[in-house]
Amino acid sequence: MQTSSGQLVMLVAINCLLLIVGAMISGGTFLSLFNMQSMASQLPELALLAIGVMLAMCAGNGGIDLSGIALANLSGVLSAVIVSSFLSSADSEMAFSVSFIVVAVAIGLIGGTINGLLIAKLNITPILCTLGTQMAFMGLAVVVSGGKAVTVGSPDLLSRIGNDLFLAVPINFLIFAVAAIVIAAVLRFTPYGFWLMMTGTNPKAAVYAGFPRTGVIVSTYAISGTLSGIAGMIIAARNVNVKFDYGSSYLLIAILIVVMAGVKPEGGYGRVVCVVLSAIALQLMSSLLNFGGLSNFVRDFAWGLLLLTFLAVGRYDVVDFLTPMRRQPNPSASIPRTPKPNN
Amino acid sequence: MSASRVEELQQAASEKRGFSLGELVRRRPETITFALLVAICVAVAIANPAFLQPSTLIDIGRASVVMGLFALGVFIILAAGGIDVSFTAIAAFTMYSMTVLVQRYLPGLPIAVIIVMATAGGALLGVINGLLVHHLRVPSLIVTIGTQYLFRGFLLSFIGTVWIMSLPPQMGAFGRLPLLQFESANGATITLPFYFLVLPIAAVITWWILNRTLMGRAIFAVGGNANIASRLGYDLRKVHVFLFAYAGALAGLAGIIHVCANRQANPFDLVGTEINVIAAVVLGGAKITGGTGSVLGTILGVLLIVVINSVLVLVGIPSTWQRLVVGVFILLAAAFFVTRQRKK
Repeated sequence: MQTSSGQLVMLVAINCLLLIVGAMISGGTFLSLFNMQSMASQLPELALLAIGVMLAMCAGNGGIDLSGIALANLSGVLSAVIVSSFLSSADSEMAFSVSFIVVAVAIGLIGGTINGLLIAKLNITPILCTLGTQMAFMGLAVVVSGGKAVTVGSPDLLSRIGNDLFLAVPINFLIFAVAAIVIAAVLRFTPYGFWLMMTGTNPKAAVYAGFPRTGVIVSTYAISGTLSGIAGMIIAARNVNVKFDYGSSYLLIAILIVVMAGVKPEGGYGRVVCVVLSAIALQLMSSLLNFGGLSNFVRDFAWGLLLLTFLAVGRYDVVDFLTPMRRQPNPSASIPRTPKPNN
Repeated sequence: MSASRVEELQQAASEKRGFSLGELVRRRPETITFALLVAICVAVAIANPAFLQPSTLIDIGRASVVMGLFALGVFIILAAGGIDVSFTAIAAFTMYSMTVLVQRYLPGLPIAVIIVMATAGGALLGVINGLLVHHLRVPSLIVTIGTQYLFRGFLLSFIGTVWIMSLPPQMGAFGRLPLLQFESANGATITLPFYFLVLPIAAVITWWILNRTLMGRAIFAVGGNANIASRLGYDLRKVHVFLFAYAGALAGLAGIIHVCANRQANPFDLVGTEINVIAAVVLGGAKITGGTGSVLGTILGVLLIVVINSVLVLVGIPSTWQRLVVGVFILLAAAFFVTRQRKK
């Protein structure tokens, strides 16, 4: 855990650096209130999915949630189909919006719980399970929508969530901030957070210590699914239409954010604040590339390169190397998982 | 001598219990895949006899070549406990850059050289994967997600995004070269293309590597427990690089065959089909945690996915259901194999 505060400092530094570079390149418009607001309103979808991936990774045992964006799209699509079958947005915009939100989040919760039950009860490997559910969720979204975009429209409350500001902050960003703070608090102050990290560190020891393994894993994936549901609701609010294949690159980007945030892929360690900062850094970079007029493909290339770079940073403890005074005398946390060959 | 004695004893012991169905399924999970495949084929043949026409069967054979090559690569990595999602990007990268290269600079290049170069190019990209997976020491899923974007991003931003509709003539000719040709009842000519042969050859080579070479031993050992394998003296770096290079080579080969078969090179193609391929390998009985599986099972899994994809329409299920059906199949197969393994 010796890199924990180093990671935080590094992410803050990266964010500051990106802001400065952006300001210099754009001559100040990058830091304008309007640009800040538009970046803040693009952030929540991805950051919510990334927090979900982080939780799944923290649970250890190869935990990962690949079904996030598929579940988010499914919640949007299915909720739009269900709600508009008995309510018309023209009749009562408020009722439509509220029921759309409730149904979307509920679908996320159900989908996440299914993931958790399959993994905890049936012992299916998380990669395989979420790969299967990813396909099933996306397939279900295709079936209920016939493969076409479903119109949600812009009823009052929903369109306000998608587009309006509260005290100069986009409302969807506030929703995201509340969700992130709640999750961070849960991880830090409840026994669940402790159980999650300990289960991820050593599943066997956690079982012998009497932690409720099934409960921890099911609730972890259920929370991840709920976050996907919220993300799906925000996607619908921002885009008027929902479609099954929205955000096909979000899966990679969510994993990239999580890896950049220093979450350990083998489980047991991760901080929400780092994930949020790393999501912000990625959003800044993405906007910077837009300012530079580069194509989406260059961005894909850059994301891939960035992911690998950060894996290397995590592997070779570059953060510690650059800040030697932080280095602990006892490097107990960095035992490699496999011994080096030719030793 | 004592080793063979132990083997004899084990064989005798297993033969005694070998008659129970559960035991057979646990030892050879691909029997379930086979049973499922037969069941689906019978059901479809009853629902729609058109399924048994030679043209449909040959279509299935043709469709399974590219996916089968991918699946063999994924299987060998899965057997060693890793996972690869970058192979489609490798295939797209090699097929498109090879086509561009041949079209612009080397128009007279013989098809054999093109195929060898594509395979070598794929292997080279695979080596990058292998080195990264070995040195970064993170789950290979995450590394290969990164390289998938890296390769594809590089292809689309620096090599080209133009859809090539007219291939160099030798590549088109290879795609049309017949292995078997006959006329069906309604007078249409049905062709089993020559490139179909590549799949059985690759399958036999993969089987040979896994079952008859030291590398095969090393692969299953690493898949069983990488720590113990390295203490036994297997060079993990060599194994990782070989695995990913082999999978990359198969992907490069699959890519060039894909181009020749479709007579066009679309740089946006292939990427996105990787989940189908992984599903096929898993349905073939390979555990995603490594150490198990067989080439036969992998091929059966590929046939299963190809059949599901192509028969849904024949039995009157809209094609929109395809993803859902395959997803549910993955989950069922995973759950089934896990419960089987626990009961032993």
